[in-house]
Amino acid sequence: MDLTNLLAISLGAILVNNFILVQFLGICPFMGVSKKMDTAVGMGFAVIFVMGIASAFCYVVNLLLVYLDLEFMQTVAFILVIAALVQFVEMFLQKTLPSLYEALGVYLPLITTNCAVLGVALLNVQEGYNFIESVVYGVTGGIGFLVAIVLFASIRERLEFSHPPKCFEGFPIALITAGLMALAFSGFSGLEVWPIQ
Amino acid sequence: MNFKKQLKEGLLTQNPVLVQLLGMCSTMAITTSLSNGLGMGVSVLIILTLSNIIISALRKIIPDKIRIAAYVVVIAGFVTMVDLLLQAYLEDIAESLGVFIPLIVVNCIILARAESFASKNGVLASAVDGITQGIGYTLVLVVMSVIREFLGSGTFGSGVLNGGAGIRLFPEEYGALMLILPVGGFLTLGCLIALMQWAMGKRKGGK
Repeated sequence: MDLTNLLAISLGAILVNNFILVQFLGICPFMGVSKKMDTAVGMGFAVIFVMGIASAFCYVVNLLLVYLDLEFMQTVAFILVIAALVQFVEMFLQKTLPSLYEALGVYLPLITTNCAVLGVALLNVQEGYNFIESVVYGVTGGIGFLVAIVLFASIRERLEFSHPPKCFEGFPIALITAGLMALAFSGFSGLEVWPIQ
Repeated sequence: MNFKKQLKEGLLTQNPVLVQLLGMCSTMAITTSLSNGLGMGVSVLIILTLSNIIISALRKIIPDKIRIAAYVVVIAGFVTMVDLLLQAYLEDIAESLGVFIPLIVVNCIILARAESFASKNGVLASAVDGITQGIGYTLVLVVMSVIREFLGSGTFGSGVLNGGAGIRLFPEEYGALMLILPVGGFLTLGCLIALMQWAMGKRKGGK
């Protein structure tokens, strides 16, 4: 396995092509659950977990679809796999790790409609990643989500005490803050991993 | 049947993006040129209307417990159809929208309208709701694309007008590239929502 390649994929997913701030995938939960730090962290970890597993499962499902000549059913198949997976993860956690289940609470079922999860499955196919690359891309994409949402939640906690113009209160100022973060992240766009000789 | 009231709600008072704050991802990601904005808006309009009709027609058959899964399957079916049609007839738009066409499945607007409107109302009312909400969404996308395209690259209507090149309003090197980058999406949408809140606040204050 080419480690440099995996490193390049990870760096891309976490910083250069951050799922939220550069590719605009998963904005809804990013905006919705970033008001408090602890829920943001919980959501971040849940997303890493689900994105990793979803990448693995969707890779296998895609092989099956290609084998059956049903590639046009990709979207339908992937969303069903993800929905079933989230349901399964929920039941599994409830039985084995009730404390983590309690902590994640309502955010777990919400992950089904997180476009980052479906996005990563579709992007894996588009980029033609193999199994290991897909899983690495999924997990590191989730880590990118965690990094962005934790940074954003910590800014937003401060934002509560600031006084923007009245019409900017609440959502608009949060969007503009996210915009400034996206500007900062676009500074990473020159990063690259060179192969070690 | 009050089409006018629903239209007003879809366009202004209950606008899916500016007031209900749904479907942010695609709104910010693809509004870099007028053709993208229109293509996405019309696709969502069609899918939303069709899925509203089907879900409303099936609302008494679908068991309550698995309704979300059933909705998702209906929506995914229509999304696949639109995706294939776009790839067949409007290749340029399909290419530039890329992964965001299949991602309409998880666009919160469609699921939210299915859950909050189509599952409680008749077929005709749901169809009208789909059309009006879809128009509201398309309008926001078009406004955002026009602003970002004009300030970012100095053209109007690229991909649609003037044989695809668009009308150049000022030289490209004077454009603020930032607005075409992801940052521009966040800033433009933030300002639009602020404008909406200002207008709504003023209207309430005036009463």
